[in-house]
Amino acid sequence: MAERNEMETRNGKLDLQSEPMLINIGPSHPATHTTLRFRATLDGETILDLEPEFGYLHRGFEKESEAATWTQVIPYTDRLNYVSPLMNNVGYVMAVEKLCGIEVTERCKYIRVIISEISRIIDHMVCIGTNMVDIGALTNFWYFWKPREEVYKVIEELCGQRLTTAYTRIGGVMADLPEGWTDRLLAVCRGVIPECIADVNALLTKNRIFIERTMGIGPITPKDAIALGFTGPCLRAAGVPLDLRKDEPYLVYDRFDFDVPVGEAGDTCDRYMVRMEEMRQSLRIIEQAVAQLPGGPVNVDDPRFILPPKPQVYENIEALMNHFKIIMEGIRVPAGEVYSATEAANGELGFYIVSKGGGSPWKIKVRPPCFPLFQGIPHLVRGQMIADLIAVLGSVNIIAGELDR
Amino acid sequence: MGLVLEKLAARFGPEIAATHSNFGDDTALVRRERIVEILTFLRDDPGLLFDFAMDLTGVDYLGEEPRFEVVYHLYSLRMNHRVRIKVRLHEDDPVIDSAVSVWSGINWYEREAYDMYGIVFRGHPNLTRILMYEGFQGHPLRKDYPKAKRQPTIGPEE
Repeated sequence: MAERNEMETRNGKLDLQSEPMLINIGPSHPATHTTLRFRATLDGETILDLEPEFGYLHRGFEKESEAATWTQVIPYTDRLNYVSPLMNNVGYVMAVEKLCGIEVTERCKYIRVIISEISRIIDHMVCIGTNMVDIGALTNFWYFWKPREEVYKVIEELCGQRLTTAYTRIGGVMADLPEGWTDRLLAVCRGVIPECIADVNALLTKNRIFIERTMGIGPITPKDAIALGFTGPCLRAAGVPLDLRKDEPYLVYDRFDFDVPVGEAGDTCDRYMVRMEEMRQSLRIIEQAVAQLPGGPVNVDDPRFILPPKPQVYENIEALMNHFKIIMEGIRVPAGEVYSATEAANGELGFYIVSKGGGSPWKIKVRPPCFPLFQGIPHLVRGQMIADLIAVLGSVNIIAGELDR
Repeated sequence: MGLVLEKLAARFGPEIAATHSNFGDDTALVRRERIVEILTFLRDDPGLLFDFAMDLTGVDYLGEEPRFEVVYHLYSLRMNHRVRIKVRLHEDDPVIDSAVSVWSGINWYEREAYDMYGIVFRGHPNLTRILMYEGFQGHPLRKDYPKAKRQPTIGPEE
């Protein structure tokens, strides 16, 4: 009789009681894409608790930077968010330029906007593509890999590398745009990118399987997202229109007409929607930036920061000495501290740098957008299914390169 | 002096050791005793509303006294302004109250500062290493930690 009463209190269902199960995911697991690890406490398939662990890709970026010259740090920044390295290059040199009081040339500002936006597009493509692979929609991955390859061809032409770009310099960029580069960029931006966005949009956005798989999965309220320090598409998906390109316009972003898409529920579906729209908005910015692109020099006219032209180095002792000094001792950055933030593909990419004068940084702290996002993952998935963790993880877009530094 | 620093100085005058706005970044160096109170004030004051704890890090000024510095970077979404709060800590007592009760998102930043500099955040719910592994010896971003230092090999626990 007692047994029967107990069963009735559970609404007549036969409830199998069991201990919570501890399961390890990662650090090398196909669905984490990078070296991340979770310790999940499960009740059946429901996540009771989740403990993220990382640091497997820690390479001591900040320690190495302290032993390098200011310019030598630029290649290290490629390896932060390696899906959109050009944006890290821009973010870092902007911080150093703030400390040096350098105002870069108009043409340089436009070039930086263009390379940032093209990076944002390929970053979002990787995020959406891999996220869809994880939840079983492989086609979209290939659809987005095609335009990404075309963008890489354009980037390779720009700086000689596909991934390890190191394109920017303190006070300018490595080299001016190659002849006819903007035409080839526009051909990609008008051709294969919008085509593929339209294809993926047609495959997913009104697809019932996709909607049911992502809507309501891993939601977050604006209040929680702010308290956890979310920025970028994940914060905007929760309905908070924070975008540094609008709120603290840097470079020349205030001259362009573009919209900041926001979601409502902050769930996986909204994160996808926000990223899709941001790619379209980035295309708009690139069109306007190329149309307005002014001529003139790309580097500031200041021998303290910019290497002298090569012919002068070979013929002129002052230029040779200056070249030698900048390479061997590094540029001189005045003592002080600055924090400079840019809107990278995943959110606010901040650099806090401290200089004591001289050729090397005293301290460089990167504020990677992934760091608070990864911290918020348990909050997003607690009480949901273990399979949803994979969908949420992909949509939040954790890049271990910048997470672990 | 910016509006934020004026408000802060009016409310916590004796707690503020120094302020500057170099390079356009409002900065206040405060004493550590009432840091949580100061941060709560910055978050809640209707004219300040710093709802984002964007960043927290340590800095090692080896050779200076006090040696360590904890740096908070705050951002206000509604007011669209920023401030940097710094606290100096002595080498023999690198302890400061945790701000996790003010912003839950600052949790991991404090763990990272502990991991990298050995700064202890009193009242932190889980102050363990985050980028390094348990068993790592020393704090790698301290200036007296050699870049090429070797660590003992670790294996699975017996």
